[in-house]
Amino acid sequence: MPSCSPTRNPFTAEETPAVAVSFEGLSKSFGDHVVLKDITFNVEPGEIFVLMGPSGSGKSVLLKHIVGLEAPTSGRVLLDGHDAADEEVRAQIRIGLVFQAGALFNSLTVYDNLALYLREHRLSTEPKIREKVMHALKILSLENTAAKFPSELSGGMKKRVAIARALVMEPQLLLYDEPTSELDPVMSATISEIIAALKDEYHVTSIVVSHDRDLARSIADRVGILMDGKLMHLGPPSTLQNPSDPRLKDFLNPKIDLKNPRFKKLET
Amino acid sequence: MKQLTAILEGIGSTLQLLARSAAHVGTLPRQRARFIEQCYLIGYTTLPIVAILSFFIGSVLALQAGYSMQNFGAKQFIGSLVGLSLARELGPVMVAILVAGRVGSAIAAELASMKVYQEVDALETMNIPPARILVLPRLAAILFMMPVLAIIADLVGWFGGALVSNYVNFIGIDSEAYFAALRRYMHFKDVMNGLIKAEIFGFVVVLVCCNIGLNTRGGPREIGASVTRAVVTSLILILVLDYFVTKALL
Repeated sequence: MPSCSPTRNPFTAEETPAVAVSFEGLSKSFGDHVVLKDITFNVEPGEIFVLMGPSGSGKSVLLKHIVGLEAPTSGRVLLDGHDAADEEVRAQIRIGLVFQAGALFNSLTVYDNLALYLREHRLSTEPKIREKVMHALKILSLENTAAKFPSELSGGMKKRVAIARALVMEPQLLLYDEPTSELDPVMSATISEIIAALKDEYHVTSIVVSHDRDLARSIADRVGILMDGKLMHLGPPSTLQNPSDPRLKDFLNPKIDLKNPRFKKLET
Repeated sequence: MKQLTAILEGIGSTLQLLARSAAHVGTLPRQRARFIEQCYLIGYTTLPIVAILSFFIGSVLALQAGYSMQNFGAKQFIGSLVGLSLARELGPVMVAILVAGRVGSAIAAELASMKVYQEVDALETMNIPPARILVLPRLAAILFMMPVLAIIADLVGWFGGALVSNYVNFIGIDSEAYFAALRRYMHFKDVMNGLIKAEIFGFVVVLVCCNIGLNTRGGPREIGASVTRAVVTSLILILVLDYFVTKALL
């Protein structure tokens, strides 16, 4: 695989290449319902790419194609030039996915949630695993949660544990699905800071699916906007200030109009 | 036609799950902890209800047999009737039904909930095959525990029958005569047939419940629907398989 900008392993001094992601004419349909229509764009190695768009626009489905949870109807996703649909390619490239609801294993403690990947792939001895897990928890200020079960954590803590679990994989590519949804503004800002810090510290490629305009404006290198399955906008966050397209304008700066509410327009 | 397609799809996905699980058999030694945990959940926690039910099934069997047989002086055969019925048929079927209701429903609910709340997706993104850590230890545990449960069901059922035969006035067969009749007409093959049946039923129940749980789509409502489907399918399969396995073993 071609070498790109290095990702520094958060647990050792080693460096591994950050991964480039390319979407080539990606389309996806569920029955008659077309979710993604001919999506083409690249994410550069080491970049934070924020993908925005209204609910149901296909953002999460697009993310799932990268990790093989969905198969394209047509087109493909490339990881460093190799087809992401190939299991062997995904096995070679370490991809961490932070799910919207965390997807933590409820029957395991936080510690065991983080240790699972390392144990199952027999990547370290138990003392080393302990060291790595505690280090990942420390990076996210979660040392005191190691013995707790996910049900004992707040929403913000669950998101941070999910990030820590992805970090233990020493990822070359980190995917975040709505990392700030259902969080208060301060916790949202904290998660944004964590995503930016991980990029600065470890140079990992990050793709963030989010509605959060503040997150996009403050940490993204580039922003893409999906609407009705089409990529409507692609550019640096500064281009979000004055979009020319009225739909983009309405999505990015929606005005609350009590006299002529949107839901009434939807009814007609 | 749609239902037939669904049944064929179900059979296909169950067999695929079996193949995927079997491919990881080599990992069982290092999944000892999961195997032991499943043995505890499947075996130890099911034991009390198996013991209670088999005791009363053995008792009722002896009671009915004693009542029917007293008219033509065949009470001395109660031991062999209870023994054979429990070992060859009632023991394995009853244990399998209990496993379907108690263990199968719990497996379907747990895996369905893991699927709905994306824990299974999380495993896949970590390149950890769900069949390896969620299905294989359960299949191994049921293979290990099912004969144990079936033997306990037989023993407790026989004991229940002996008590009733001894203490119910109109039967009045003492335990020595009861167990002598049981030993005289029952062979090792009869017990083995029952254990083979129990093994097959238990394995199919766990496999089917795992598959239905892992194929759950949607939200919390579908978790309940999956549990119902898993238990109903298991019960039907136990009874259908019972006929064919019995015929094959005769």
